[in-house]
Amino acid sequence: MAPPLRVLLAKLGLDTHTVGVTVIAHALRDAGMEVIFTGLKQTAAAVAATAIQEDVDVVGVSSLSAAHMRHIPELARLLREQGGADKLLIVGGVVPEEDQASLHEAGVARIFTMGASTQEIIDYLNDWRRQRDAAASV
Amino acid sequence: MTARGMADRVLAREVAAGARLIRWLEDDDPRGAEVLAQLYPHTGRARVVGITGSPGAGKSTLAGMLIGELRRRGRRVGVVAVDPSSPFTGGAVLGDRVRMQQHAADPDVFIRSMGSRGQHGGLARASFDALLVLDAMGYDTILVETVGVGQEEIEIVSLADTTLIVAVPGLGDEVQAIKAGLMEAGDIFVLNKADREGASQAQRQLELALHLRTQHQPEGGWIPPVIPAVASKCEGAAAVVDALDAHAQSLADTDALKGRRAARAYAVFLKLLRDAATRRLLDAALARPDAAVLIEAVRDLTLDPHAAAQRLVARLELAAP
Ligand code: B12
Ligand SMILES: Nc1nc2c(ncn2[C@@H]2O[C@H](COP(=O)(O)OP(=O)(O)OP(=O)(O)O)[C@@H](O)[C@H]2O)c(=O)[nH]1
Ligand SMILES: [Mg+2]
Repeated sequence: MAPPLRVLLAKLGLDTHTVGVTVIAHALRDAGMEVIFTGLKQTAAAVAATAIQEDVDVVGVSSLSAAHMRHIPELARLLREQGGADKLLIVGGVVPEEDQASLHEAGVARIFTMGASTQEIIDYLNDWRRQRDAAASV
Repeated sequence: MTARGMADRVLAREVAAGARLIRWLEDDDPRGAEVLAQLYPHTGRARVVGITGSPGAGKSTLAGMLIGELRRRGRRVGVVAVDPSSPFTGGAVLGDRVRMQQHAADPDVFIRSMGSRGQHGGLARASFDALLVLDAMGYDTILVETVGVGQEEIEIVSLADTTLIVAVPGLGDEVQAIKAGLMEAGDIFVLNKADREGASQAQRQLELALHLRTQHQPEGGWIPPVIPAVASKCEGAAAVVDALDAHAQSLADTDALKGRRAARAYAVFLKLLRDAATRRLLDAALARPDAAVLIEAVRDLTLDPHAAAQRLVARLELAAP
């Protein structure tokens, strides 16, 4: 059996909405992944350091309090600077259409908004892993 | 990246390199063992403290508190925190870190969460390897939090220089709640949640049990202390770290550290040998042409599994030395 994918789930700033991130944590665990949660009220620096120390494959930020533009580009930059450029950065929660392009530009691979099914997220992560591993083995 | 190059980056304390090496080791990537061999001569400086106790006793919260106190004393701290993996899916929510996350951005603290990935004994297969990596990176105190202990989960005792046991009041018989092996092996007992009812009773019970354990030991030997703490309010940190230092001193004075480390290296060797030997013998047994017939008979329920296994093993030939 392939070793489990490691995923960090993070909440940045003052956002205290926890339902979505909890649902995702349990779904990913049940899909055979190792899930690490940062807890609430994190800075971008703490999340980046955590992602590096834990050597996760995926960093998933849950953002529902309209602070995504403040924290997420900074997190993407810190990850790149600290040797985490190969990690997949994704976002879930409430992100208005008009902000999505600039988040993608900052380095966010995919954004899942309200109503995204957990199966869709699991399939996306497994596909990403397959492609990454296939690219690495050539 | 050659093994030497990776080893150099780890020795230069590059966090991302150390973290990736631990990943290789826990994923059984062959590059891991290669790099570890290069690092091995640079290990042995760190003091390893095992933290164990029943589920929810406050091990992670206590570790978080101890990191703070150790940092105040200028130590660089590594942490390996193990949580159980699901035996069905292999997945896990690794929840220990949340209680130490206040130290996440401190460059002199390295926290690593690990799933037990099918191992019993309270640790992951790669926990010892992770210790070596953190040791080589110059973390001078390494805390290892085990999975909440059950029956015979005392593997940590053979891996740590100091074993710290977290007990809590209000379980009725505190001593009974601490499994026999641990009661004998603990070097320091922390009575956490001392803000709860029954704390002084629990303290007395533990002290009495430890007195019975140590009353016949030779003069000058280590007497495990029982230290009350309220980890969630950061109370008791200085006393616990003082006890850790005193125990380290006692190990140094009596030359016991060498013995513990020799036993640790041997225990790890034995485990690796057992795993590798089992795998090889199993592969050899299952690859025999006559194995299929026996397996078929077992699946048909016409041959009892004991007889089948014994017959197959008896036919295996070990290569001469
Ligand atoms: C419940 C709720 C609360 C509860 C939260 C309780 C808790 N412990 O979580 C309480 C009452 C505390 C609360 C407070 C506030 N809330 Co509120 N809240 C909601 C509400 C109604 C539902 C959120 C929810 O739990 N949904 C259910 C879960 C399952 O869905 P989800 O979180 O979206 O997660 C899904 C996806 O987004 C995605 N996902 C989420 N995270 C992640 C992470 C990853 C890695 C991935 C891959 C996917 C993913 O997958 C999930 C499954 O599909 C939403 C409205 C809404 N319909 O979204 C407002 C909403 C989020 N809240 C809002 C606001 C403004 C607030 C407050 C500021 C004040 C207020 N007006 O109520 C405070 C702020 C608190 C704070 N400091 O953060 C706004 C946010 C507006 C914005 N972002 O522009 C919303 C959108 C309501 C609105 N329409 O105005 N809230
Ligand atoms: N009242 C009280 N609660 C505490 C104390 N220390 C920890 N707790 C609480 O006990 C709960 C469990 O704490 P953890 O640190 O997660 O316990 P743990 O032993 O690491 O748990 P596992 O790793 O799941 O076995 C948390 O809700 C803590 O806040 C304490 O001294 N007093
Ligand atoms: Mg814990």
